[in-house]
Amino acid sequence: MHDDPHHDNSLDEMTARARALETILVEKGLVDPAAVDAIIDTYEHKVGPRNGAAVVARAWSDPEFARWLREDATAAIASMGFMGRQGEHMVAVFNTPDEHNMVVCTLCSCYPWPVLGLPPTWYKAPAYRARAVREPRAVLKEFGVSLPETTRIHVWDSTAEIRYLVIPERPAGTEDLDAGALAALVTRDSMIGCGQPRRPEAS
Amino acid sequence: MNGPQDVGGRHGFGAVHPEDETERFHAEWEKRVLGITLASGALGHWNLDASRHARESLAPAVYYNASYYEIWLRGLETLLERAGEISQEELAEGHALRPGLRAERRVGAAAVPEVLAKGGPTERPGPAPVFAIGDRVRTRNHQPTGHTRLPGYARGQCGTVTAIHGAHVYPDSNAHFEGENPRPLYTVRFTAAELFGAGADPTLSVSIDAWEPYLEHA
Repeated sequence: MHDDPHHDNSLDEMTARARALETILVEKGLVDPAAVDAIIDTYEHKVGPRNGAAVVARAWSDPEFARWLREDATAAIASMGFMGRQGEHMVAVFNTPDEHNMVVCTLCSCYPWPVLGLPPTWYKAPAYRARAVREPRAVLKEFGVSLPETTRIHVWDSTAEIRYLVIPERPAGTEDLDAGALAALVTRDSMIGCGQPRRPEAS
Repeated sequence: MNGPQDVGGRHGFGAVHPEDETERFHAEWEKRVLGITLASGALGHWNLDASRHARESLAPAVYYNASYYEIWLRGLETLLERAGEISQEELAEGHALRPGLRAERRVGAAAVPEVLAKGGPTERPGPAPVFAIGDRVRTRNHQPTGHTRLPGYARGQCGTVTAIHGAHVYPDSNAHFEGENPRPLYTVRFTAAELFGAGADPTLSVSIDAWEPYLEHA
């Protein structure tokens, strides 16, 4: 809720609307407010992009796991305990010096929840959805990313229930880092294809 | 449907506004909308495709002026009203005037981890695929008035099959409660020049996931 001095004692429209619907559903016995709290807690505190960062760090440091991720990402990711809603059918796409991958859902907001959590606001907004498929380089610039002109870009529009996770390239100078330190370099945006991992000295 | 949701390749939506990954919600009500949407889904009145169709069926002026959680809330109101669980009168009152129809299916807090971890896989036994990896295919000029997952920018275009994912629930029928009707699902890759014409980024290709009824031999 916003503290707006011009609207004392009144709820903003969306707060009022959401509260009315929840009240009706709870009074009817259709929704348990404690279950709502548990769902919020899951995606606010438990399931988020640090899951995906752990997957990427392991792919960087364990070639056998990376191979499994290429062949059956759903099973490889589930082996780390990340599975379920909006991650039932996973595909991992690997960046190379020649090709950069980027993920979008032009039709709604499909996103791999078990590894990245809830989609950020920009991912669900029309600007990203409209432009990612047509002018990804311009979009990347808005994220501060500039790719070489010779790098090919492959955009994956999530039009079905396949969910895509971008595996960015491992930064140079990270040979001595363990999985935990590697994961700290992996940003959420780099796993959507809208960013690059941090460099070790900047982490 | 050629609705407001089908924005891929459209012009004029302005800049993208990146955000820090620690930003999860922008208001308390957004959290509640997430929670009641997922909890209401467990009542079993609708499916994933029907919920997407409820959202894309909002009037374009409403859709483009709404944040995504507002779109979810409006979609949820539509779905619950259609299922007979709530009425306009109740929404206006802000209170229940009749008991719920499926209270016995209410999800308790203890069941939440299991429900979320189980998810809703969409792969099913189904017909063998007609197309093979490497085949050139053309997307059909498929413009149903109801739900579909073939984006407008990728209609009537030639691409290459790059993956076959087995048979999956077909959204075009499932969204309208006409059965799951599993159909083979493919990834099809297009060049940007094919999709967006002269002036398209020559280094760009775009893949979509497309059900077999969307495709024909090129």
